[in-house]
Amino acid sequence: MDRLDELEAQSIYIFREAFERLRKVALLWSLGKDSNVMIWLAQKAFFGRVPFPVMHVDTGKKFPEMYAFRDRYAEEWNLQLIVEQCPPVEAVDPTLPPAARSAARKTEGLKLALAKHGFDGLFAGIRRDEEATRAKERVFSPRGAQGAWDVRDQPPEFWDHFNASPPPGTHLRVHPILHWTENDIWRYTRREGIPIISLYLSRDGKRYRSLGDADITFPIESNASSLDEIIAELDTTKIPERSGRAMDHESEDAFERLRTTGYL
Amino acid sequence: MNAIIPLQHRFPAVASPRPLVRIVIVGHVDHGKSTLIGRLLHETGSLPDGKLEQLTAMSTRRGMPFEWSFVLDALQSERDQNITIDTSQIRFHTRARDFVLIDAPGHTEFLRNMITGAAQADAAVLVVDAVEGVRDQTRRHGYLLQLLGIRQVVVVINKMDRISYDATRFREIETDIADYLKSLGLPPLEVIPISAREGVGITEHTYTSEWYRPTLVEALDKLLPARLALELPLRFPIQAIYKFDDRRILAGRVESGCIAAGDELVVLPSGARTKVKTIEAWPVPRSGHNPSRAGTGQSIGITLEDSLFVERGAIASSAEAPARAGDQIRARVFWLAPTPLEPGVQLAVSLATGTAQGVVAAVLSAVDPGSLIPAENQSIGCNHVGEIEITLDKPLAGDTYDTNPTTGRVVLEFNGRIAGGGLVLAIGSIATAPPLSPSSLPENPDAGKLKAKAAELVDSMQELSPAQRIARLRHDIEGKIVFTTSFGLEDQVILHWIAENGSDIELVTLDTGRLFPETYELWAKTEQRYGWRIRAVYPHHEQLEQLVARQGINGFYQSKDAREACCHIRKIEPLGRALASARGWITGLRRDQSAHRAGMDIVEADTGRGLLKLNPLFDWTRAAVLDFATKNDIPISDLHARGFASIGCAPCTRAISPGDPERAGRWWWEQENKSECGLHIKSRNSAHEN
Repeated sequence: MDRLDELEAQSIYIFREAFERLRKVALLWSLGKDSNVMIWLAQKAFFGRVPFPVMHVDTGKKFPEMYAFRDRYAEEWNLQLIVEQCPPVEAVDPTLPPAARSAARKTEGLKLALAKHGFDGLFAGIRRDEEATRAKERVFSPRGAQGAWDVRDQPPEFWDHFNASPPPGTHLRVHPILHWTENDIWRYTRREGIPIISLYLSRDGKRYRSLGDADITFPIESNASSLDEIIAELDTTKIPERSGRAMDHESEDAFERLRTTGYL
Repeated sequence: MNAIIPLQHRFPAVASPRPLVRIVIVGHVDHGKSTLIGRLLHETGSLPDGKLEQLTAMSTRRGMPFEWSFVLDALQSERDQNITIDTSQIRFHTRARDFVLIDAPGHTEFLRNMITGAAQADAAVLVVDAVEGVRDQTRRHGYLLQLLGIRQVVVVINKMDRISYDATRFREIETDIADYLKSLGLPPLEVIPISAREGVGITEHTYTSEWYRPTLVEALDKLLPARLALELPLRFPIQAIYKFDDRRILAGRVESGCIAAGDELVVLPSGARTKVKTIEAWPVPRSGHNPSRAGTGQSIGITLEDSLFVERGAIASSAEAPARAGDQIRARVFWLAPTPLEPGVQLAVSLATGTAQGVVAAVLSAVDPGSLIPAENQSIGCNHVGEIEITLDKPLAGDTYDTNPTTGRVVLEFNGRIAGGGLVLAIGSIATAPPLSPSSLPENPDAGKLKAKAAELVDSMQELSPAQRIARLRHDIEGKIVFTTSFGLEDQVILHWIAENGSDIELVTLDTGRLFPETYELWAKTEQRYGWRIRAVYPHHEQLEQLVARQGINGFYQSKDAREACCHIRKIEPLGRALASARGWITGLRRDQSAHRAGMDIVEADTGRGLLKLNPLFDWTRAAVLDFATKNDIPISDLHARGFASIGCAPCTRAISPGDPERAGRWWWEQENKSECGLHIKSRNSAHEN
């Protein structure tokens, strides 16, 4: 087994554990490269099907290419797609910096969707290498009734045994690709032939490394116009992946505040 | 503090794949783990652009000096308190390796996070402060690394600048920590003097005329990824059964060995035999055929030739070397919940993918691995370790840890949350419970000291009489000393010496419930003669009731396994309680009793139990003992005169013929070389092989 085989086997194991042990699960589809890999892995875990809903919590501000991708592959992959709209920005904590406040709409939308559907487990495509607070995550990560993450009291988790008994009214975030890196995602995408949104590829010397809302996501300088070139670029870059995501950088703890209140 | 100068890429990324090694950094709080990581990332050119500047700006804004630990402690709350709360992971590479670096908190209250981090590691770096030396959390982390199955440890002695790179102090700490780790069976690969703050010893050598050590990075480059258990027999724990279409797929991950279409399987716990029909995969490979085999580590699905009923938790295993199953588990565990782990505590017990409800039947030992002080009572406290027996409400499939490190690990859930875990030492049912398997016991942490003390006492006792040997032991060791008597000839003579001298030694007998009537008479007579009460320890009644219910009142004649299960419940387990918290143990063993006992000595280190065992009569002959007893009018058993040389339980002891080995009358129906019930079998790690 090479490294990608090991990553894949581990992710499949996590998918199956969550599906077996939780009552009602859904996969959060942000339409980005990570959640696309997640859907692919779910199909592997369940022999060609995704046996739970795939939910897009929509801010209404994604790039047009992202909506086109969603509609095409929801059908092609035979997904049970749920689209839930986020509340307007006025409904969000006004003490957050502007971009973070905008991003926090997704947190609110997620809370509403959870209440509506009663999920006790949500697959989320975060990775440890993306960002320092995500590095501290558990694979099965308990969320309080308000969706909050208590980073000070995370339960022990070891030997692929997971805490899978969320108290009523709470849910678990399940992170099947927590142990992957950005480069792993691209290498796996290349190996498996997983479709991607063209915004990740360079056009006019710029490309998107991470995709979010169109108004608070910015491209990076890059000439990488193919998967091979992206992988080569990532082998040498020292620029953080989320550098183009405005809400991470407005203040020292902006992103952490987003996360402890329930952001991904 | 050194100036912060961005380094060029010391180790440029290369296309050729380097082995990926997961390392965990552990050690006592404030010994400099996070600082070391910050420095390590900087010196290997692994920090993202702008990170150092960002952190420097942050420090300036707070009016405090730059701290290397800020690199990892990126959470707001951690920066304010300067401690690592949870485990973080970060990647870096050197010329020879890719690393996932796991930082684990040093605070005791965050031990669960240290375990969460360390359980994922292939190797560990243990950080020790040059000023403070080895502290309780250093020891606790060392002990847990061993229990978590980590076998590669590099020690760094940090803050060498604070002691002006003093070689004497360095060697002192080096000896201290190396001895401790060796006693755990975990000798350090290297002990390296460094100063993380000054950037010495990480990629730059520190050598002086006093020592030569590799740099930390050189040591890290020799670490190896944990190997998959390819060479072990097949273990395929069933995770789920899927019936999405006309196929009935058994899904799971191959934990060891490999599996192929046509293979014969034994499924535990039922023991049913079946055959693999297909290996299932998606997408179906271009060839149009599913793969015909799968190996260790792969998450796969299989279909079976027949429609055998299988549930999640079953283990499909190699027919030649199947897994075990049972509703009794003995395990060495760590415990992380505030509620102590003690007899009667209800748990959810997971073994591979199987889970059952369990209750703690017994706590055989409990110790705080920080102080290494064994607990007095039958209770394992928060962040402590110990050995327990659990009774389950249904059989689980699994292995012992020494047979299979993956399926031989147990996880304990308490009140819906993971609260402990450990290594399976034995798994079975009451009727066939194997005796304590000494070879699977990790060595006691203070084994080194025990062995040294035993050797010292052996030397000093050679010329002493047995009575003087007992007095010397009492004088030389602190704490409880227990004399276990079964009222045999030797025991009576030893009891005579203890009673006559009024020694502070506890007299204990194990009443198995199956002793000879003559033994009970002698017991009463002995108490009268010497005026001492002999404490009786009895088997656990629930266990005994279940044993008799399963194997019948004389079931021990049926098989060796049945006899060993009986010995375990009636003698071994009670002995564990008789010796709980004892530092010394006196027995009536003699060297010439059997070939098995010929290798013994006057004093032995029983590292499994953490005590010194004195055999004061070890070099006496039976004739000499009998002669002494007669001359001093010591009461002895009438059975000796009737040809019983060695006396144990009535059904299992018979008279022997003159010239037979003394213990030939014990368990005579079984083949030779097993005339031991397990009381005097030692760990294979002990000083003397049995």
